[in-house]
Amino acid sequence: MSQYLEQVRHGCALGSLQSVLAINRAAPVLHAGQGCAAKLGGAIGANNGFHGSGYLGGTQIPCTNIGEAEVVFGGEERLEDIITHSLNIIDADLFVVLTGCVPEIVGDDAGEIARRFQRAGKPVVYAETGGFNGTNYVGHEIVIDAIIDQYLKPAAQTTPGLVNIWSVVPFQDAFWVGNLKEIEKLVRELGLTPNIIFGAGREGVAALDKVPAAQFNLLISPWVGLKNVQHLEEKFGTPYLHYPALPIGPTETGNFLRAVGIFANVDTEIIDEVIYQHEKEYYAYIESALEAIYQTRIVPNRFITVADSFYSLGIARFLVNDMGLIPEIQFVTDGVLPEYQEAIRAEFRKFNEGIEAQVEFSNDGGWVQEEIRRIELKGRPLILGSSWEKVFAKQVNGFQLSVSMPVGDRLVLNSFYAGYDGGLKLLEDIYSEIISNSQNP
Amino acid sequence: MAVNLDGPAVELRESRLGTITGYDGDAAHLLSRRDIPNRERSFTQCGSCGADQVMNMLSQIQDAAVVEHGPAGCAGDIPMRNGVFRLGNKRMDYPVHNVKYINTNLNEQDTIFGGIAKLERAIREAYRRFQPKAIFVTTTCASAIIGDDVPSVCNELEEELGIPVIATACEGFRTNIWATGFDSASHSILRKIVKPPQRKQPDLINVISFEHRHVYDSVFAQLGLRPNHIVPLSSIDQLEHISEAAATVQYCETLGSYLAGGLEQHFGVPEVKAPAPFGIKATDELLREIGRMFHKEEEVEKVILSEKEKIAADLERLRSRLQGKRAFIGAGGPLAYSIMALIKDLGMELAGTCVWHHDQKYDNDDERINFLRFGVGEYGNFRVGVCNKQSFEVVNAIHKCQPDVAITRHVSTVWAAKLGVPSMFAGNHPTEMLYDGLIRFGQSIDDVISNPVYIKNIAKHSKLPYTDWWLKQATYSFLGGENNV
Repeated sequence: MSQYLEQVRHGCALGSLQSVLAINRAAPVLHAGQGCAAKLGGAIGANNGFHGSGYLGGTQIPCTNIGEAEVVFGGEERLEDIITHSLNIIDADLFVVLTGCVPEIVGDDAGEIARRFQRAGKPVVYAETGGFNGTNYVGHEIVIDAIIDQYLKPAAQTTPGLVNIWSVVPFQDAFWVGNLKEIEKLVRELGLTPNIIFGAGREGVAALDKVPAAQFNLLISPWVGLKNVQHLEEKFGTPYLHYPALPIGPTETGNFLRAVGIFANVDTEIIDEVIYQHEKEYYAYIESALEAIYQTRIVPNRFITVADSFYSLGIARFLVNDMGLIPEIQFVTDGVLPEYQEAIRAEFRKFNEGIEAQVEFSNDGGWVQEEIRRIELKGRPLILGSSWEKVFAKQVNGFQLSVSMPVGDRLVLNSFYAGYDGGLKLLEDIYSEIISNSQNP
Repeated sequence: MAVNLDGPAVELRESRLGTITGYDGDAAHLLSRRDIPNRERSFTQCGSCGADQVMNMLSQIQDAAVVEHGPAGCAGDIPMRNGVFRLGNKRMDYPVHNVKYINTNLNEQDTIFGGIAKLERAIREAYRRFQPKAIFVTTTCASAIIGDDVPSVCNELEEELGIPVIATACEGFRTNIWATGFDSASHSILRKIVKPPQRKQPDLINVISFEHRHVYDSVFAQLGLRPNHIVPLSSIDQLEHISEAAATVQYCETLGSYLAGGLEQHFGVPEVKAPAPFGIKATDELLREIGRMFHKEEEVEKVILSEKEKIAADLERLRSRLQGKRAFIGAGGPLAYSIMALIKDLGMELAGTCVWHHDQKYDNDDERINFLRFGVGEYGNFRVGVCNKQSFEVVNAIHKCQPDVAITRHVSTVWAAKLGVPSMFAGNHPTEMLYDGLIRFGQSIDDVISNPVYIKNIAKHSKLPYTDWWLKQATYSFLGGENNV
């Protein structure tokens, strides 16, 4: 983590309130300042693909709205009131109490308050997500762990073929809805039954109830969520498969399907058939775009990602292994904890043709842009970053596409970058940017 | 003096203006005293904090930097502020660039050992990266509770760097009124940026607004007045000289009360003492007051006449279409009252109001700028609910009054849509000001009402997160304290 941050690309641990909002029928209850949710929801939701408040987001979230009195005298009573009334006013099945900076520093025991409700049989859990504890990637893990510990109950028996899917962080990934849907589709094609918790139209809390019955947990993520699947293994004995790269395009998605299929003992012929059909379709589209891509690709044959580790690694794999582009430095902006950095660096050395990419971990966008200026750029660079890079890309005569938070210049409904179709979508977006700036500017 | 520029912390709205966030009574009663006690709620939902509004102003200054001393999450508003800033610049044909902002990324270690050394490095880094003309250093809940002495660091670095380094105390928990953030920002600007006038500029009028710099254009050009739009998109040099203007005008005392008050009381720049120009009568009043101040009484009368002539046919057409339609209004203090004047001018009825907060006086203590008094006098008494932007109360109120249209600021528009009520945003860009604004506003309402299919479909396919029990309760049943009249 950088000392100071210019151009914020994530929230704080309390930003995990967005993860709670992504669980249908779950409600966050904040013990925090009155402005925290507006800022965090604004950054992670509204200004990132323009995801709105949905069922219960934004200014609808119950909150103690900590004032001077709670700072001086403590806010436990206030929290108890807010939870009590939330249970009457808000129509939800699970209430997740999240603490902000103030109660943690002044020493409120939010856990004890939550346990009072738990003892009375109320569906209340709590998590310590004070902003100084880290990013909302870390906060997401804290919340999931809290749910595992305080809400999930062991299953009577394992459901064969049931796979819990843990991957991109809801809302933080502007394309999370579509990505999860596409991963679900691919896993289902292997004959497995995916269980996905996050998404407005999904089972949500009811999907959480199924988690302990799964045959295994599938984590598709460079590092976020690893603690959770390990925790699920300790608690319920559920094995997990950790697949570190977000699969984008045919090479990585094929690898992904093979890894999952083999782990789940799926017949190799079924796996091969799924991959064969997808590749056939994928390359039919590519064939139709060969002229366009050949005409333009000579311009940016090098790319830079300034993105969280999901996208930085996922996109780099796709552009190197499938599109034959050359990686410049890849900037990873999600505040990857030090203990995971070496493993992620290693993933950036696993490209085809012996290609390796240099990785820099920094969530300070100002520093990143100074570093990019030091690179001796060959031709017009392609920068896959965030809307922070829009002005910068013009200054260095580059092409720019916002893929990582903040995606403040695109409306995202159900589009996605995962899988075969996601790779095609990424090509559409990249080459539309190039074509609109070079062929018909 | 009401505006006290000593020290880095502004006096809070609660004590300065008697601001309240809970009230359920009528407007006449609200005007009858200035010491109506606030009524607190035993259930609350998230709102916004003062620091958010500080950034709304300070991060939008072209050549100033902001260093926010807090955890990364406190920077959550910055990507949006950056979008607003770039768009504002683009719209004005100014160079498009990013905001100059650094966050100190406070972590757990800092909450134990203090974050001052980190803050000092961040301020130096802001100076190196942005070469700003001034640096505003803002506090947060976390930095205030751990007790970091921000003013001392600012004073030391101000001397070393040779530019103003301004501590702006705005930790969120200090005030329940998010609008205090506007005052905190204005306080820092008045205290450390604005200089005494070198020469007065008799045709220059300060216009307190957000990023839209065309407010008042249509009439000021005709009157030969030069508008000086502040604060967003201004430069430090421009702000240093706002004391040289002949007057200050605004359209919303929530935003501009403190800045206008400070300019009048400390720099001798009078505020235009008239209601904000919403609706025909208030616009008449405001323009005539400007006429008196700038000795352009005759020119103003001509403008009033010709502007009214221009809208006459449209106003008649809109009135015939909107006559008797019922509107719900949800907005901040004076703006809600201003919108009331608009709908009355359009021949519509007021179905209900939820006002975010209510200031019982303004920093320039003059009843001529009190829109509520003006509105009650011209249009009659009405029911006022002060809801502190609490969605559960807004939804309950709209559900109960079933208006033909809901006109709201900020996010409440969405809840109205989910209830199947045609709804529209108001006031983000106050295009409904002045005479022609009334027509734009009326046309928007007419359009919204004329094709409600989108709203009806949304209502059919979405559910609000409130229990039926709550929707049946009285809107303000969670307010404590004594009942208002």
